[in-house]
Amino acid sequence: MPDGAAPVLDVRGLKTVFRTRGGEIHAVNSVSFHLKRGEVLGVVGESGSGKSVTMMSLIGLLPTPPAEVRAGTVMLDERDLLKISPEELRQVRGARIGFVFQDPMTSLNPVFTVGMQIMEPLREHMGMDKKQAETRAVELLELVGIPDARKRLKSYPHQFSGGMRQRVMIAIALACNPDVLIADEPTTALDVTIQAQILELVKELRKKLGMAIIWITHDLGVIANIADRVMVMYGGQVAEHGPVKELFADPRHPYTRALLKTIPSISGQREARLQVIEGQPPILNAAPTACPFRARCTHSHARCAAENPLRRAVDGTALGQGHDVACHWSPEAADA
Amino acid sequence: MLTYTLRRLLLAIPTLLLISLVIFLLVDLAPGSPASEIPLTVPPEVRQKILESLGVNQPIFVRYFLWLKQFFYVEPLNGIDALFGSHLAEGMQRIISYQTRSPVFPLIGERLPQTLTVIGTAYVVGVLIALPIGIYSAYRQYSLFDQFGTMFAMIGFSVPTFFTGTVFIIVFGVWLGWFPTKYDTTLSVTDWDSFVKQIRQMAMPVMVLGLANAAAISRYMRSSMLENMKQDYVRTARAKGMSERTVVLKHVLRNSMIPVVTIIALGIPSIFGGAIITENLFGVNGIGAALIGAIRGNDLPMVQTLAFIFAILIVTFNLIADVLYGLLDPRIRYD
Repeated sequence: MPDGAAPVLDVRGLKTVFRTRGGEIHAVNSVSFHLKRGEVLGVVGESGSGKSVTMMSLIGLLPTPPAEVRAGTVMLDERDLLKISPEELRQVRGARIGFVFQDPMTSLNPVFTVGMQIMEPLREHMGMDKKQAETRAVELLELVGIPDARKRLKSYPHQFSGGMRQRVMIAIALACNPDVLIADEPTTALDVTIQAQILELVKELRKKLGMAIIWITHDLGVIANIADRVMVMYGGQVAEHGPVKELFADPRHPYTRALLKTIPSISGQREARLQVIEGQPPILNAAPTACPFRARCTHSHARCAAENPLRRAVDGTALGQGHDVACHWSPEAADA
Repeated sequence: MLTYTLRRLLLAIPTLLLISLVIFLLVDLAPGSPASEIPLTVPPEVRQKILESLGVNQPIFVRYFLWLKQFFYVEPLNGIDALFGSHLAEGMQRIISYQTRSPVFPLIGERLPQTLTVIGTAYVVGVLIALPIGIYSAYRQYSLFDQFGTMFAMIGFSVPTFFTGTVFIIVFGVWLGWFPTKYDTTLSVTDWDSFVKQIRQMAMPVMVLGLANAAAISRYMRSSMLENMKQDYVRTARAKGMSERTVVLKHVLRNSMIPVVTIIALGIPSIFGGAIITENLFGVNGIGAALIGAIRGNDLPMVQTLAFIFAILIVTFNLIADVLYGLLDPRIRYD
């Protein structure tokens, strides 16, 4: 990874709320992160932690209303995606930023051929004619490992298996050579062997094409396998962030530590019951004034209820460049 | 797909035969006699002779099979004769109306064009109004437009055509005088003036029926669009950077049309049979009016034949709806 290069995507202070009848839901609170060219950022967190909503906010995929992106900047080479017109943003979607969704069974349109669905963004963004788009679509299908590609262009999504459909989704996302690929739990709906295949495919494609990837998942094993950096999210906020090795070796946030303990081990003797994190994720019906994790945290104290912790660097680097955590507690203080 | 269609066509034969038997028996069981219109001053012997000449005294199964033979053999031959000037059906007994003592089919042939122009246009107009309203209402759910669309559909649904028709006649025909209150069946379109006249006399029945048809179809369209708008593939289309126009009018619409096309196709037979009230109200001398007249006059052959033609239409459009369904949805190709 080219270290120190200018980030291709730079997100700062992103806030997204949903307006509902019962009041506002603060789904994303001041989330900041960046993405360098060719790197893989893993985003982890349980359901409702704001992973997907954050990524959909970036490119205007949330239905407005009820969603509203209230603050922040999303810079994609000198341009703030939150400030440009919907039409300009549309030109970014699919062309500069590709998206792969969770459920390949429902993410493709059932009444159109796979070829047509791959060719659509090519003709829209790259101005290709039918023939060029077809040639490129065959290339793409071969790239994602679908045999007999030219023939398969005429197939409908229901004629593909789940794994094959996800490959098609990846082909669509990569069609216009995007700078950023956002993969929103792309392997969650697939069985384990297919999961591994897709994972290998993406790693290979990244080597070949060099795009940056944001990989959303709740599977820490996948993160360890694919990501360069990890961002752990909780309650719509970044709880901890850092290079994958450091974060796994030295987790600083109680939530990250608890998450790592919930991974079942398949080797060695079964020593104890699998750990769980007691309690429920918070209901985000107000702007946060306290640490969202405090109710479930084993280290919470008075300050956690009075003040929402800010992210602070723990390895001496500039904030956001290295390992940082949003917690009032630190393991050293506990040891001392 | 082809074998499926063929199998369905073959299955339609026993279905239609059964329907024809039921229609024949039901009509025959109905009270009243073709002689009841004959004045009581006519002596009973003469009355008996008239009935005999009509063939009413024969056992019912004889009459049924005779009618079947006439419907499926003699009448088609007559049709061929009329088309090519041949003499295949010469001397064979056709289905004769009790009332007019003339063959039933030419009578129907006279009435059908009236129905098709007025009621058929109303259906097409209804569909053309309903689809955009349904699509836009769904796209802007709960907007002012959607509220008006809902109100429009409620009115169209709940107010019967004999009421809206009467209101239209009073407002547009009597008070404003824009359109004639009665439909002139003798008008033939030969030049621009007569064409304008035809349009003006068609306007009110077409509006009344079109409104009623549009109400139902727009609701189906709306709910089908809403259903599909929530689907994941719509998000994918947006993530690909497709324009809203493409997302809604291509991706969502194509999926939403699947159930709606079925409903539209199944509604077509009602053009022939269901608009009896409107035809009567505006004096359109169509097939509905013919059926009412035949029922009043105890004209059994006419009623049986018309009812059976409706049955054929319904079975046919059912089949067409199924085939269309398969064409629109690649997941259902009935192999």
